[in-house]
Amino acid sequence: MYQYTLKRMLLMIPTLLGAGILVFILMRLIPGDICVLRMAGGSGYVDPKAIANCHAELGLDRSPVMQFLDFIWGFARFDFGNSMWTGRPIVEEISLRFELSLQIAIMATLTAILLAIPLGTISAVKQNTWIDYLVRGFSIAGIAMPSFWLGILIILGLLITTKSVFGTPWMPPIKYVPIWVDPLYNLSMTIFPALATGYRYSAVATRMTRSALLEVLREDYVRTARAKGLVQQVIIRRHALKNALLPVVTIIGIEFAFLMGGLVVTEQVFNLNGLGKLFVASVSNHDYAMTQALVMLVVAIFIFTNFVVDIVYAWLDPRIRYK
Amino acid sequence: MRLTQLMRPAFALAAAAVVAVGFGVPPAKAAPKKGGVMTFVVPDEPPSWDGHRETTFALIHPFAPFYSLLIKVNPENPSSPTDFVCDLCTEMPKPADGGKTYTFKLRQGVKFHDGTPLTAHDVVASFKKIISPPKGVTSARVAYFVMVDSVSAPDNHTVVFKLKYPSGAFIPALATPYNFIYSKAKLDADIRWYEKNVMGSGPFKFVAREAGAFVKGERNKDFYVKDRPYLDGFEAIFSSKQALRVQAIRGDRAAIEFRGFPPKSRDDLVKALGKDITVQESPWNCVLLFTPNSKKKPFDDVRVRRALTLAVDRWGGSKHLSQIAIVKPVGGVSYPDHPLAPKKAELEQIAGFWPDINKSRAEAKRLLKEAGQENLKFTLINRAIDQPYTIVGTWLIDQWRQIGVTVDQKMDPTGPFYAKLRSSDFDVTMDFNCQSVINPLLDIGKFLSADKGNESYGGYTDRTLDKMFDDMNRTGDEAEQKKLMLAFEKRVLDEQAHSFVTLWWNRIIPHRSYVKGWKVSPSHYLNQDLANVWLDK
Amino acid sequence: MTVAADVRTEIELPDRSETANWWSRVRQFVRRNPLGAAGAIVIIVMFIMAALADFIAPYNPVANAFDRLHQPPSLENWFGTDQFGRDVFSRIVYGARTALLVGFVSSFIGASIGLVLGVGSAYFGGRTDLIFQRILDVFMAFPLIIMALAVISIFGTGAQNVIIAITIPFIPRCARVVRSSALAIREMPYIDAARANGFSHSRIILRHMVPNVMAPFLIMITAFVGQAILLEASLSYLGLGVQEPTPAWGLMLQGGAEEYAESAPWIAIFPGIAISLAVFGFSLFGDAVRDELDPKLRSQ
Repeated sequence: MYQYTLKRMLLMIPTLLGAGILVFILMRLIPGDICVLRMAGGSGYVDPKAIANCHAELGLDRSPVMQFLDFIWGFARFDFGNSMWTGRPIVEEISLRFELSLQIAIMATLTAILLAIPLGTISAVKQNTWIDYLVRGFSIAGIAMPSFWLGILIILGLLITTKSVFGTPWMPPIKYVPIWVDPLYNLSMTIFPALATGYRYSAVATRMTRSALLEVLREDYVRTARAKGLVQQVIIRRHALKNALLPVVTIIGIEFAFLMGGLVVTEQVFNLNGLGKLFVASVSNHDYAMTQALVMLVVAIFIFTNFVVDIVYAWLDPRIRYK
Repeated sequence: MRLTQLMRPAFALAAAAVVAVGFGVPPAKAAPKKGGVMTFVVPDEPPSWDGHRETTFALIHPFAPFYSLLIKVNPENPSSPTDFVCDLCTEMPKPADGGKTYTFKLRQGVKFHDGTPLTAHDVVASFKKIISPPKGVTSARVAYFVMVDSVSAPDNHTVVFKLKYPSGAFIPALATPYNFIYSKAKLDADIRWYEKNVMGSGPFKFVAREAGAFVKGERNKDFYVKDRPYLDGFEAIFSSKQALRVQAIRGDRAAIEFRGFPPKSRDDLVKALGKDITVQESPWNCVLLFTPNSKKKPFDDVRVRRALTLAVDRWGGSKHLSQIAIVKPVGGVSYPDHPLAPKKAELEQIAGFWPDINKSRAEAKRLLKEAGQENLKFTLINRAIDQPYTIVGTWLIDQWRQIGVTVDQKMDPTGPFYAKLRSSDFDVTMDFNCQSVINPLLDIGKFLSADKGNESYGGYTDRTLDKMFDDMNRTGDEAEQKKLMLAFEKRVLDEQAHSFVTLWWNRIIPHRSYVKGWKVSPSHYLNQDLANVWLDK
Repeated sequence: MTVAADVRTEIELPDRSETANWWSRVRQFVRRNPLGAAGAIVIIVMFIMAALADFIAPYNPVANAFDRLHQPPSLENWFGTDQFGRDVFSRIVYGARTALLVGFVSSFIGASIGLVLGVGSAYFGGRTDLIFQRILDVFMAFPLIIMALAVISIFGTGAQNVIIAITIPFIPRCARVVRSSALAIREMPYIDAARANGFSHSRIILRHMVPNVMAPFLIMITAFVGQAILLEASLSYLGLGVQEPTPAWGLMLQGGAEEYAESAPWIAIFPGIAISLAVFGFSLFGDAVRDELDPKLRSQ
């Protein structure tokens, strides 16, 4: 087990390195120049000398290989440098947003679990009945609805209903306050994006629960349990669900990792100052340092989650270890 | 603010009249109330905090309240292109020495927010940084001050500007809202200190900023104008989606946004909130342009370029597009309401402004046929910003469709967009000219030859045009200026068909009616120190 | 891990040679899988709209009409008109073309490249496979929307580049699933036999392995089409999708949709419904295809 863990950990390194190379190349292929953009907002005249100065200051006058080595070496020492756009430490800029993104990701994941497991179970147990169709329709509708569309509907719906009920229109706050400062205010802002996202993400997990449970229900031990005359409910609760949950937990775990950097659209809709918004801003500002750090962070979270899932799997199922 | 007051005929420009919708007019001239924190939304975040370096309104809205200027546009009359008043000075100077020397007397007892006194040396240090920045420091407005020979401080409360030649462009350039007065001590210690720090002498003191989220300011109790500012503080919240900013005002998460909303959002807000919303509108010193790449076939042919402008129905567009986009006034290259701009009859002589669009389009088709380009197809590159870029671009494509030209549109984010313009990698591009203080003499610098202005992207060199510009700037005779301006307009838009104007922007600010004391101006850069703003709550 | 990651291997494709009982097959499918049938209907309608757009659409989808700005649905304009006075119904009909183009082309190319790479990786095994897996890991872990953002920023907007941006993230997802199926096939005796006969690598891969992983491949394609349509809409929202005046559903939901959401909701509602229905249809159909092709999931 120890050896397996070690091997899996070592395999994380090439992935991170590969992601580093990929983002490094991608960013530099985008036409445009951060210095021009920063000094002239893109338009207008810029002194070529000032541009050269700015390049030197940001280290963009060095060869791409040197820039790359510098980036990887910095990363290896956990020294991420400064944002090229704002000049502030990247750690400071990211940690500002991390809190909010983490909170939304956790809340959305909880929503997804609370929706997916009961719905998936009902759907499997009542396979091919109208209840099954209803549940599947409901969950697929979640993915079928573009997330920004859902967001706009929520905000507009709130404004209109509060106006007609209370006389004054109300909408979620647009400025983030940490949950320990003002929990009520914080929740009134985060609950709607979390629900919208959670609903969307529950679709895949619901489907997973359904099919995993269907498979388990056909296993011999369940048939045996049934033959013993156990009530369906007991079988599901005590035997089947427990075993079916493993792949479900996996998919939820992996989606959680995606949520940390992937809420680009939802963050725009609700004006959440999270990692997704920072991501879009850094790409369009040509902020190489910041984009690189963000990609590395999101990729690290992703492969770490995968790693944990794999280890848990291996621990639960010894066959994997020896393959 | 009273509606009647705003409608006064004494107003320099009739078209600058502000339309107030709803019933948000107070019954009598209410005395301003003190206190309260005003929240407003800002569509964008500036890269640095140094006004001398930046060019975006995203810097002005959250940071202008922290700083003083030497002179500024009159906050009671911000629509006038000629009405300037003192901020730090005590009296607008009369030019001496044949218009080449300006001497400003400063207020006594002005203090920076850290308590140190503000003297003439701080003003001089600030303008030196703007006019002739040391190596490694960027100033966005060096070109505004080409006429300045020297700036000096003979004593602690006097600043003297000496010019190389008399120029009507000097005072408007001085009133540019980015010319924040910084502390000499701070600049001496680190000339780039202001890129990441705030320390001014304006009506508000910096409190906090969260990257990507907000900037907060509080009342400067030691402000040099008695009883100002009225507000206890302000909070500027960054929000990039326009739909959300509109909803924020509706849900009272913000009181105002200072850039401008589209007409439909105005109507929705008024409909939803009635008297709780007040609307101020003004023509805007911004114009959308489209420019063919003269270096590329077939746009090297003046006939093809003229056909493109002849196809566009600007008079009709003004009527229709103003319902869906933030554009309205028809004009040439100079701000339509300025005395130097062509009158309607003069404009109608210029290609693309003919009163009969059918005749104009027939001529366009004839020119294309003559040039052998009847089935012209090209790509219009545009900036990926909805209002008004996408809308006007889409409208243009339909205009061209009507003379048989097929166009498809490519939208780029700001970075790649300007990269393409700089490398002349396009057929026809949208572009814009947006200035703060209305000053056509400098504003039309946008249209000069590529090597002259460094801001025109059509790839043309036209020395006759450049000379017209220089002559205009060096003559004090207004009739001569006007004549030259008309010739300039004709040359750019018609005879040589270098670059074309679509429609001028129209600024629509629907805000919560409790926001008082703020007056709309023809630029979203002007009149933003918030000293006179108060909340009627 | 992907939507279809639980797909198992060694599946026989249903025999398509007997056209005689085609109709009874359809009926069987409908009875067994009513949701899938509903999805199929949506897809068929989309195809008809796309193919016959010139005949179905009553107006030119790009012609501005300023005398009819944002008109509510009426007999002349069934779905109303948008902010340029264009007929929303005509734009939706033509938009089906864009949706199908983006959806099918990107999912087909993405899945095909994934198929080749996945089978190749499994067939050669060893170090090739190991290196290959690491490369796939990188692409899997790379945030999808950021990848799309970068691709569009590099190549510019337009349907073609949107397709590229959407295709790239599909490749590793398909390659992974196909590889796991192919790994099992590689151990089959007939592959050994082919090798012993001295057949070339490409012949073995194309003739013997690829046909046997067709089931997961088809499943991935149907699953991707809906996702591609949705991704195109998200890119449009960020201003990176297909551009005006091209009729495209995602684009129709952008800009106008937000601005007019309350006062002229039809501008947004109809394209919103079109996208949701299309994605809904493809998802249901995809599920059904999976159930059909994967006997393990078939009801008892």
